[in-house]
Amino acid sequence: MKSVAYRRKATDRIMKALFLLSALLVILPLFLIFSDLLWKGAKGLKWSLLTDLPRPVGEPGGGIANGILGTLTVTGLAMAGGIPLAVLSGIYLAEYGKGAFASVVRFAVDLLAGVPSIIMGIFGYVLWVLPMKRFSAWAGASALAMIFIPIVVRTTEEMLKTVPVPVREAALALGIERWKTTLFITVRTASAGIITGVLLAMARILGETAPLLFTALGNQFWQTGLDQPIAAIPLQVFSYAISPYDDWHDKAWAGAVFLILMVLVLSIGARLLVRTRR
Amino acid sequence: MKARANIKDFLFEKTTALFALCVLTLTLLLFGLLVRESLPAIRKIGASFATNTTWDPVLEEFGALPFLYGTVVSSFLAILIALPLGVGAAIFINEFAPEWLKTPISFLAELLAAIPSVIYGLWGIFVLVPILRDYFMKPISYALGWIPLFQGPVYGPSMLAAGVLLSIMILPFILSVSREVLATVPRVQKEAVLSLGGTHWEMIRIVIGQHCIPGIFGATILGLGRALGETMAVTMVIGNRPDIVLSLFQPGYSMAAVIANEFTEATGDLYLSALVEIGLVLFLLTIVLNFAAKLILKRFTPAASKRTGR
Amino acid sequence: MENAIEVKTLSAWFGDHQVLREITMGIRRNSVTSVMGPSGCGKSTFIRCLNRMHDLTPGFRMTGEVLFDGRNVISEKVDPVLLRRKVGMVFQQPNPFPRMSVFANVAVGLRFNGKGKSKSEIVEVVERSLRMAALWDEVKDHLDQMGSSLSGGQQQRLCIARALAVEPEVLLMDEPCSALDPVSTSKIEDLIEDLSEKYTIVVVTHNMQQAARISDSVAFFLLGELVEMDKSAKMFTNPSDRRTEEYITGRFG
Repeated sequence: MKSVAYRRKATDRIMKALFLLSALLVILPLFLIFSDLLWKGAKGLKWSLLTDLPRPVGEPGGGIANGILGTLTVTGLAMAGGIPLAVLSGIYLAEYGKGAFASVVRFAVDLLAGVPSIIMGIFGYVLWVLPMKRFSAWAGASALAMIFIPIVVRTTEEMLKTVPVPVREAALALGIERWKTTLFITVRTASAGIITGVLLAMARILGETAPLLFTALGNQFWQTGLDQPIAAIPLQVFSYAISPYDDWHDKAWAGAVFLILMVLVLSIGARLLVRTRR
Repeated sequence: MKARANIKDFLFEKTTALFALCVLTLTLLLFGLLVRESLPAIRKIGASFATNTTWDPVLEEFGALPFLYGTVVSSFLAILIALPLGVGAAIFINEFAPEWLKTPISFLAELLAAIPSVIYGLWGIFVLVPILRDYFMKPISYALGWIPLFQGPVYGPSMLAAGVLLSIMILPFILSVSREVLATVPRVQKEAVLSLGGTHWEMIRIVIGQHCIPGIFGATILGLGRALGETMAVTMVIGNRPDIVLSLFQPGYSMAAVIANEFTEATGDLYLSALVEIGLVLFLLTIVLNFAAKLILKRFTPAASKRTGR
Repeated sequence: MENAIEVKTLSAWFGDHQVLREITMGIRRNSVTSVMGPSGCGKSTFIRCLNRMHDLTPGFRMTGEVLFDGRNVISEKVDPVLLRRKVGMVFQQPNPFPRMSVFANVAVGLRFNGKGKSKSEIVEVVERSLRMAALWDEVKDHLDQMGSSLSGGQQQRLCIARALAVEPEVLLMDEPCSALDPVSTSKIEDLIEDLSEKYTIVVVTHNMQQAARISDSVAFFLLGELVEMDKSAKMFTNPSDRRTEEYITGRFG
């Protein structure tokens, strides 16, 4: 009898240790990656990274300045179109979305949310690059928008649904029209959550590379127009990384540090927003 | 107090409905464009697309099997690694971790999910691959290189590297879905086993194991769906060689990776169309998997089933 | 007109389930009318018919008449939005608008009412409403504070001020004190008495003592029916209907 109890206890201990080990192993890559980023990225982190255009190998300096502007441009364009489309759709689903049409829309949004980002690149290519016969910021932005929109529709709908019924009732009981109640009371109450959703979606599309590979394409110089190929930081990190030159590898790490900083600031900032505005 | 025709309410509702319709239209447009652009390839290449192992654009031979193979193998490998780790970590956090530890750990796991794919790829090329190659692949190849799984010269970029990197990338999702699934186990059942003198592990095995299997299965499918579509990290460490070999130490290729690499090089309409066809297959695969996962997870928590998609 | 609201054979259904049976009663102007009865008797449903809050409930149906301002307000020809500006409501759980200041909470009705008041007019009305709700002194230096940071009793008075700001004629109150402590409750009961000089007030309550304290008339509902309605003194000392007497003496409820 005693040995059975012993065995059970021992098994219990071993399993507990294994679970602990799993947890540690899950966290481990995070530390490795971040420490590598800091360690290897430090070398290339100079002011010239942020102010210079890319330069040929061997030349000192050289940076990702055009990539920074480019990323902001395509992200901004994607959001300019994406935010109204997504937020208003989210409002529709939350406030009026009880019928078959709404179910179909939800289905479509869920579908879009799961599509690999490279497929959105194909979308941008077929929609813009083929007819325009050139790569452009428009194409890149539309690919990014297709990733942005489903995220924001969902979070908007979710956040609006958390607004308690008594809040809406109070507004209606005051004789405020339904559309005004929705827009100025309900949406306003959920605004922190909605903005958080937008910021998190923004953080996501900032870091996307695949959809831009054959839409925005990348550019060695400043963009000359939205209908031209445009640089973006993730694209530059990618091309520097797969190049055969050591000093470009350093730039890849440095660019990656910058990129992850942007993503983190947005992600953490977005979460803090909900907390402080409560 | 005569009734107004309430035009403004009507307009507001219809305007928002219009925007929702636009989103729906975009989805249909996406599907339609994918189909339209792959039609030439579908017609000309036909079924050999899925059976031919040769991908030679120069000779206009488009067999996509190597990419299917590579995608499936790398993804399954990722699941193989991530599933036990993710579920184990979830059990640890939910069942054993002290309260103060729970939030920081989940926060860190979420941070992993926020890292862009290209940065994973960067780390993969310069850190993971060399480590795998020197401390894992080379010794094993030396000792067990006669086993088909470990055969061939070790370069570094390989199916194994892709699988390991992918596993790290899908861990956060497996972890959070598992945690949500685990949280649905009724406390009473857990307490029942413990009060009968069961050890903690036995309680987990009996109650959680039984209750959560479908949910964990759903998490697996979800993770699979995500892994299938990963592009940048994979293409940076898989070696990009369209061959079908059993050995995990050899380079491979995946559907997303070939699209990423060859799309801009594609000369000729058939080539491009074939690449789009690969995209269409990828699109359909991920949709099916995501919906399967959603159906399974619906029984658990609404939150868990909302995790489909990144 | 003596009666602010005249209810005639009002019946209501949730789907197939009838919840109000041919209610006929008059609500006197500038007085406090209590509606009491055990749980499920239809008193909350009834009061919500008076400001058409059930318009939001799918499957709800009303027949009969509710005459206010010379019109049958439950008819589809009447715009509920305009009705609600004259018939205000205070709810059981205080529900100030979250993340809006005290000032903004009271001003909301004015801002979105389409009456186009100027900023100074709004400030005036906010102060007046807060005074009427006996809350001004407590918040006058903290008008920018979040509405949700007030105590329960204060929040409810804030909701009353909010309702008063749109200058209704009638104020409907659905168990306004049941979520509050005794001190806040008595403050609000005093408030109701004061307000009844200018407003017609209908209060739903499950607390008989409260009904006895504050009201001029009491209506007793049971299973969707109006059993008896009379001056409050008579209802509690010498009710005509046996069911009323049983409820009052605590034999059920």
